[in-house]
Amino acid sequence: MSDKVLKIAAGEQLDQVFVIGKDEVPFDTIVLEKEARANLVFLIGPGVGADLPLKVDLQGPGADLSLSGAYLCTGNDKVDIAVELHHSVPDCTSRQLFKGIADDASRVSFYGKIIVEPNAQRTVALQENHSLLLSYDARVNTKPQLEIYADDVKCNHGATVGRLNEEEQFYMRSRGISLENAKMLQMISYIHPVLDLIVDENLRTSMSEALEKAVHCFIHKK
Amino acid sequence: MSDILLKIEGLRARVEDKEILKGIDLTIRKGEIHAVMGPNGAGKSTLSSVLTGKDKYEVTDGKIEFMGKDLLALSPEERAWAGIFMSFQYPVEIPGVTITNFMKTAINSRREAEGLEPMKAGEFLKLMKEKMAFVKMKPEFAKREVNVGFSGGEKKRNEIFQMAMLDPTLSILDETDSGLDVDALRIVSEGVNALRTPEKASIIITHYQRLLEYIVPDVVHVLKDGRIVKTAGAELVNIIEEQGYDAF
Repeated sequence: MSDKVLKIAAGEQLDQVFVIGKDEVPFDTIVLEKEARANLVFLIGPGVGADLPLKVDLQGPGADLSLSGAYLCTGNDKVDIAVELHHSVPDCTSRQLFKGIADDASRVSFYGKIIVEPNAQRTVALQENHSLLLSYDARVNTKPQLEIYADDVKCNHGATVGRLNEEEQFYMRSRGISLENAKMLQMISYIHPVLDLIVDENLRTSMSEALEKAVHCFIHKK
Repeated sequence: MSDILLKIEGLRARVEDKEILKGIDLTIRKGEIHAVMGPNGAGKSTLSSVLTGKDKYEVTDGKIEFMGKDLLALSPEERAWAGIFMSFQYPVEIPGVTITNFMKTAINSRREAEGLEPMKAGEFLKLMKEKMAFVKMKPEFAKREVNVGFSGGEKKRNEIFQMAMLDPTLSILDETDSGLDVDALRIVSEGVNALRTPEKASIIITHYQRLLEYIVPDVVHVLKDGRIVKTAGAELVNIIEEQGYDAF
């Protein structure tokens, strides 16, 4: 077992945001004990890239984990997110939401495996990974996997890779919103659900502003 | 100064290889309401798409002048800034974007194009409130995502709300009556009638005469197979109702 473990003790709660490139992620394994709660948000800005291998073990009944991330990739950025999440005991909940935008020749890889052990009844496990491609050279690989060995569970996963919707753009332009502003609105609204998970209001506001700036750069460099 | 708002001459347009509009001439003056009626496939929606600048439609011949400007040279947003508005037959859902944010961006984009400062927050909210009340839209819709989860009637009402907010010179109502119950139809047409002024004009594009019971047009055109085959006054609506489009 790794010695870089983030352990949330029984009944405790942790809300934390990691801005990759600025904040260190001093763990590669997350363990939640009985009725522990954690809400971890990873933010990957343009020009940063990230390699984020995470093993998660929900060890205590009633544990609740929200794991989310947003990535904005330009140039040759490489983002690699791999989450292996074990539901080992009954009555635990996990929600994963990873969303991002890939431009230029960036590479995104998302691997998300959820294992629900035989006695982990009444597990709720949700996982989503959605990406927008802005260029023809950008690549996104998404690989969600579910292994369920218990029968009374609620598990859902969804993965999409798409482009900015042109019908939406035309509708906005017909109302006088310039094409650039229409794209900005689309990208901001795409990423925002992840930022909404940040509990600290000041941090959420400053991250929203950072997102607007980053999206502005996406558009104006072209 | 001329009282002509829109002048279409010899307009031909196609989608991919298929020619849909085969030579349209149409002149609209200030204060007029024109109805363009026709069977399915006549080219009604192509006409509205060409007027608003949707890019899959290619104009192969003819010209369109709007208040003296070459309309076909303008982007969709420039047409909106010039004062053209279309109520969509199928309003588009925009997940994650609230009506407030959408309208604020729309109004301020136009102000930016005109070299004006963004509208003050208080002034904007007052305008929103006033126009929502005008189309009897519940205040909570301000925070809803644009058209997401709206019923057919709510979507059309949202179109008329946007029209009231943007205060266009030429409004195009593309099949606004489709999918509306009587109450929604009444609210939509009350909205349109209230926005009627001597300086403005509307084009109502429709298959049925239903909406025209509420909004009485000055001029009625029958569009069939890409051409206007008949133009007359409001009495034409009843003739179409009685005889159908085959008579033309």
